[in-house]
Amino acid sequence: MVLSITTLAYALATVLYIGAWTFKKERFATLGIGVLISGFLCNTVGIILRWVESYQMGYGHAPFSNMYESLVFFSWTVAALYIFVEFKYKERLIGVFATPMIFLAIAYASLSPNISDKISPLIPALKSNWLIAHVVTCFLGYAGFAVAFGFSIMYLVKPENKETGSLLSRLPNLGIIDELTYQMVMFGFLFLTIGIITGAVWANSAWGTYWSWDPKETWSLITWIVYAMLLHLRMMRGWNGRKIAWVSILGFMAVMFTYFGVNYLPGLHSYA
Amino acid sequence: MNKKALHQDPPNRIWSFFCSVRLTVVVLLAIALTSIVGTFIPQSGSAGFYLEKYGQGWSKLIMALDIDDMYNSWWFLTLLAMLAVNIIVCSIQRLKVTWKVIFPRKIVFRPERFRNLKEREAFAASLDNGELVTRLQGFLERKIGKVTTQNLEGGTALFAEKGRWTRAGVYVVHVSVLLLLVGAVIGGLWGFKGRVSIPEGETINVIELRQGAHEHHTLDFSIRCNTFDVSFYDTGSPDEFKSNVTLIEDGKEVLTTDILVNHPLRYRGVSLYQSSYGIAGAKSIQLTMTARESGLAFQEQVEFGKTVELPENQGSFVMEHFVRGYNFQGHNLGESFVGKVTAPDGTETQIVIPVKFPTFDKMRRGEVAFSVDNFEKQYYTGLQVNKDPGVWYVYSGFILMIIGCWITFFMTHQSYCVEIKDLGQNKAMVEIASTSNRNPHSLKLKTAKLALTMKELKS
Repeated sequence: MVLSITTLAYALATVLYIGAWTFKKERFATLGIGVLISGFLCNTVGIILRWVESYQMGYGHAPFSNMYESLVFFSWTVAALYIFVEFKYKERLIGVFATPMIFLAIAYASLSPNISDKISPLIPALKSNWLIAHVVTCFLGYAGFAVAFGFSIMYLVKPENKETGSLLSRLPNLGIIDELTYQMVMFGFLFLTIGIITGAVWANSAWGTYWSWDPKETWSLITWIVYAMLLHLRMMRGWNGRKIAWVSILGFMAVMFTYFGVNYLPGLHSYA
Repeated sequence: MNKKALHQDPPNRIWSFFCSVRLTVVVLLAIALTSIVGTFIPQSGSAGFYLEKYGQGWSKLIMALDIDDMYNSWWFLTLLAMLAVNIIVCSIQRLKVTWKVIFPRKIVFRPERFRNLKEREAFAASLDNGELVTRLQGFLERKIGKVTTQNLEGGTALFAEKGRWTRAGVYVVHVSVLLLLVGAVIGGLWGFKGRVSIPEGETINVIELRQGAHEHHTLDFSIRCNTFDVSFYDTGSPDEFKSNVTLIEDGKEVLTTDILVNHPLRYRGVSLYQSSYGIAGAKSIQLTMTARESGLAFQEQVEFGKTVELPENQGSFVMEHFVRGYNFQGHNLGESFVGKVTAPDGTETQIVIPVKFPTFDKMRRGEVAFSVDNFEKQYYTGLQVNKDPGVWYVYSGFILMIIGCWITFFMTHQSYCVEIKDLGQNKAMVEIASTSNRNPHSLKLKTAKLALTMKELKS
């Protein structure tokens, strides 16, 4: 129920942002952020209710233990980060490509028949205080990269020569999009780093080794390396603009594979 | 390698090769791309496994390139070593330049550097007979840091900066990566990873190492598994695995404790982790014997190795052992008992009694059919036994990496120049320009905010 409202709100926010962009109506974007914030609040309530419910069922664990819960939380982190960025940098419109991701993740969680929304008990390996730290930091990292991905797409579709009146030229200034992409990548990188580290420390207490080249670990390292390359290319070799946008998109592909693709490979992370 | 490098002598050429950021990117890319291989091809399988899965040609290639254990292969380790050398050489090379920037003897301030900046904030103000300068100076001192004042033609320039030391953040990150690699090497050279299965009630001190198929390692102490428990949720999924163990050193019991998943036992640098469990054997076995001719069933509790007389004078039976999985014509029958029937004429037959299939032994068409109704399981606990003296280097690397990334990404070296131009008649124009080594957008917003506060600053 709460989830449906959240999904609807995110869908509406997406429509409003795209509308604001298409019809050049600032008011739509203002409305968009309002709806997005309401969706975010519903999302928060949903997560808390589920947490409480798991205690009532006697399992008592944070709602980060399966694909369904992780998708809902992914929406939540991307929404939180995007709202923060919009307020901090006072740019409207930059949500055109970020809000669809928030909506898609939660829609996938609620609509896909392969994803069970049942609250199930934790298997012994997941019973640890590291669970919350590991999941929250990883997802903040993913959120940073997702928002960076949205900005990169925006950078690439916006023509460099400013023809007034064209649909795509209404997006914010290219320099700002580029800078924001970079900021988001740094944010994501820091949290992915912490996420991998908390995972390693946890693995060392659960499996006896901080690194075992399990596919999920390896893919998170690959993602980390792609973004490390992006940062070096930008800081040391002066890459920016379109080139960085492409590397950021490549990085997000690695994130997506780490998140979804790895589940089809055999390994220790088979539960989430 | 650039042209200049070609004219250098060999050591210098090697140096220039390793100090390029291009090499960093290439090596990182190579590590990322090759790592993908190991996520698709299962690791640490046997030669037979690869032969069966990938066929003759591919499995030969896999074995030749060590892809069955690629993260420990010579070529992957070479890539990691190249990364390490690259980081060291690059950092030394760059530190030569930036050391003086990070730790200058004297900070030199040139107002001209700020005059050419496009982004500037400006506002008009009353000079207040020079009060304005003192006021702004005090403000900058509070907000940014130590202020250098310079008198110019027709005005005064104030200079303040902060976060110069944050330029060292990137070296902290690089040192942390090196610490991770050093920790991994130490762990690889002086540590071990092994596993052991201990049935309840038994004591062991020899473990099987993971690397190298059948290598063993003798511990300085013995481990006795007292009990093993597994509990389940009502959904049927496991809730908790718990081994109660006693450590014995020089014949004395030194420690008795529980080992759970996520709660390993650490003793003398060796860590014991709960990793698996299983059924080692059985006790109090309830055996049902059904005579074929009369169809009568007889129940008896039997023990291993003890002979029981069969009903209706059909001979005797002895229960020999328990197997966790019995392979019958390619099918795994699961937990089974193996025993021996001796017919009255002395012929011996070995029989299998699978617990899950009580009618299985009937198919043998013997005089008596056996089935097991009930038994008590004797568990064994599977422990992972590791020693990794490198883990503390790795953990320090982790901490340094987080700190270093934080400094590098979110802290900047910012310099501010506030120029107060005397326009005469006690009027002044205040101009603020700023630079930072990173994140210009955020600096712009910050400078605008600073200018606004300055404008409204009252004495």
